[in-house]
Amino acid sequence: MSEKMFICSDEAVALGAKLARPQVIAAYPITPQTIVVERLSDYVEDGSLKATYLHVESEHSAITASLGAASVGARTFTATSSQGLLYMTEGLYYASGARFPIVMMDANRSLALPWNIYGDQRDSLSQLASGWIQLYAEDAQEALDLTIQAYKVAEDPEVMLPVMVCLDGFVLTHTYEVVEIPEQDKVDAFIPYQNYANKMDLDNPTSNCITAGPDYNLEFHYQQHIATLKAGEKLIAADKEYGELFGRTYGGLVETYRTDDADAVIVTLGSVAGTTRCVVDALRAEGKKVGLLRIRCMRPFPEKEIIAALQHVKAVGVLEKDIDHGCEGVVFTNVNSALMRGTTKPATFNFIAGLGGRSILKGDIAQCFDKLLRQAAGEPQSPTVEFVKLGC
Amino acid sequence: MGLNAQNITNEELFYGHKACGGCGAALSIRLVMKVLGKRTFAIVPPNCMSTVAFIYPSMTFGCSGAITPFAGTAAFEAGVEAGAKELGLTDYTVVGFAGDGGTADIGLQSLSGAIDRGDRIMYICYDNEAYMNTGVQTSGLTPYGAKTTTSPAGDRLPGNTKAKKNVFEIVAAHDIPYAATASLGYPEDLLNKVAKAKAVNGPSYIHIFAPCPTGWGCASELTVDLAKKAVDTGLWYLAEYENHEYTLNRNPKEFGDVKEYLKKQNRFAHLKDEDIAEICRIRDAKWAQMRTHWNA
Amino acid sequence: MNRPQPVNFVPPKTLAEYPVGPCCPSAHIVGINAGMRTFRPIIDHATCVHCLRCFLVCPEGAIDKSEADLEIDLNYCKGCGVCAHECKVGAITLVKETEA
Repeated sequence: MSEKMFICSDEAVALGAKLARPQVIAAYPITPQTIVVERLSDYVEDGSLKATYLHVESEHSAITASLGAASVGARTFTATSSQGLLYMTEGLYYASGARFPIVMMDANRSLALPWNIYGDQRDSLSQLASGWIQLYAEDAQEALDLTIQAYKVAEDPEVMLPVMVCLDGFVLTHTYEVVEIPEQDKVDAFIPYQNYANKMDLDNPTSNCITAGPDYNLEFHYQQHIATLKAGEKLIAADKEYGELFGRTYGGLVETYRTDDADAVIVTLGSVAGTTRCVVDALRAEGKKVGLLRIRCMRPFPEKEIIAALQHVKAVGVLEKDIDHGCEGVVFTNVNSALMRGTTKPATFNFIAGLGGRSILKGDIAQCFDKLLRQAAGEPQSPTVEFVKLGC
Repeated sequence: MGLNAQNITNEELFYGHKACGGCGAALSIRLVMKVLGKRTFAIVPPNCMSTVAFIYPSMTFGCSGAITPFAGTAAFEAGVEAGAKELGLTDYTVVGFAGDGGTADIGLQSLSGAIDRGDRIMYICYDNEAYMNTGVQTSGLTPYGAKTTTSPAGDRLPGNTKAKKNVFEIVAAHDIPYAATASLGYPEDLLNKVAKAKAVNGPSYIHIFAPCPTGWGCASELTVDLAKKAVDTGLWYLAEYENHEYTLNRNPKEFGDVKEYLKKQNRFAHLKDEDIAEICRIRDAKWAQMRTHWNA
Repeated sequence: MNRPQPVNFVPPKTLAEYPVGPCCPSAHIVGINAGMRTFRPIIDHATCVHCLRCFLVCPEGAIDKSEADLEIDLNYCKGCGVCAHECKVGAITLVKETEA
């Protein structure tokens, strides 16, 4: 029987990681990720998790030690946030290029400057091109489930790529919820240990993480691109199989909510989707045709799903905790790019909110919908990137 | 009896590389690998050696190996060691081969972390006294008076203006189980230090003085000769740190001719007599400290 | 001669023939380095005392000690001259490749 626990998302991730039985954990503490590594240290100490925990001296070494562990075929887990993720950047590209199925939790946090420890998504979204599968959880249960599913996708022989499980700093990491904990034997059966085809081997010596010059470089990247796309299919399959085993499914790369006949849809990631869902229900009760599309997977980018769900919508707003200064939010760039390939393109708008942990309240989301509904009603709205609740 | 040319294996585990003729770094790896054998994970950051050894499809290590991020040689090694241990592998060595810049500068933090944790890894620094792979730029281990492309010699400066960073003692200060310095001029001494390091159940460090004819501007046949002269002139030293103590392995009564050593290398060709006097002053201060505080 | 030999490498043509990520079997040398050599070392076996100093200090490992007479793997010797310089009995001479 699975048991239920009242825990925060950091603890949920730690439990998910423990259930996945990583053999090596290399991590460096950073707020708001710390609870994850504290719990994992406890599990290693009390013997409930048989693993080596490496107390590395930096995030650069956390990811580099993870590379080393994965290079010999060990299942590996790490976790970080914000500046730590940026300090890992070199290793992120390394991991995906090497095709090492490392799983990492990122506690989404603002990037300095200005210094700020609270949640936004500028850290992970700055690493979309790093080659990692990038997943976003909405609540503690999904954070746990995604951590387990991450290994299923990462270690699939047709994928062999690292996976980043992202959850909003504090709003998720430090918020307590009731979470159902899967049974260990069923998790073991779901993600049996895989022998990595590209590992260094003592009996059949292999050279790894090597140089590929102009004659071969493009092909290695093409191969990685194909594998990343494949990961999308594998995530959908993993979600389905997980549902059969544990009774919870999330619907694949995106989750749509009341979008079928919607005139206006907000696209977002992470915990703000929960608030948006409430606003959708309230506006629907007023007869307004609004919906929500939550992106669960930013890489591979769910282009087909987004086109299918949104190409006939009149107005689409991307609400994101991110800004690519001098341009727009990077989620918006991605969504827009996908919609360009549809048969019809909705009017699209970008809402920047929640930076540095500023709350995104129902009223803020309702205002975004208001703008979209005006557009949908034939009243053209300004295409300028909108900073929600700007105080100046 | 210790290891020597007669009893060391004929098998080559670093072969067919594209290094320059007379490469001291390549000779360092070759000799170390002869002691370590095939059941080794050779971890190399981006440097001349990874460049000449790991270009697809040409692989010159006879054992498993990988290129790591530049700053993370020891961290990568630590991960390999942790993974191998958890997977139940036995009878193997994890070794890193980094240059002077990869060790004394960019790699120092991760090296310190690994030694502090007590990870069972071996770390070899092949010291050719500058960033050679990028075209001879000054590093923390470039000696006083050496001309590099970023420490040019002219009317105002004599080339590099500071002495070598004391990495051997920085490493030893962690109270590492075993650390040593070596020189390609004394290859048997090197082989036996590697054998000692291999047996250590914890971190070990060997700092090899390894000339680079291309970067030093000397004839390629002088690699081993200059490495020996560096020791004989006292500009390098052979020492060990174990059981919490330093030991000088060679303590010459008289030093060899420093000027003769320097003048065989274009990087020192510009030195004036007063610069050479400064080099000797730095040397003598170092030896006074070692002779006072270390076992000899 | 007991030295590693170059492999006959056929470049991958399809994606399936590529390794998973940039990796490759070790001890997989493609091509030879003889073209880097200007001078060729020649051992005078009558003078050689088999001290093996040259074997020990060759940066390439190109000197094979498995036979009674030392043998130089000219596929991989770069002609750096360390062997000749280090030979204490003068048994190795360097000859210009064009005259060898």
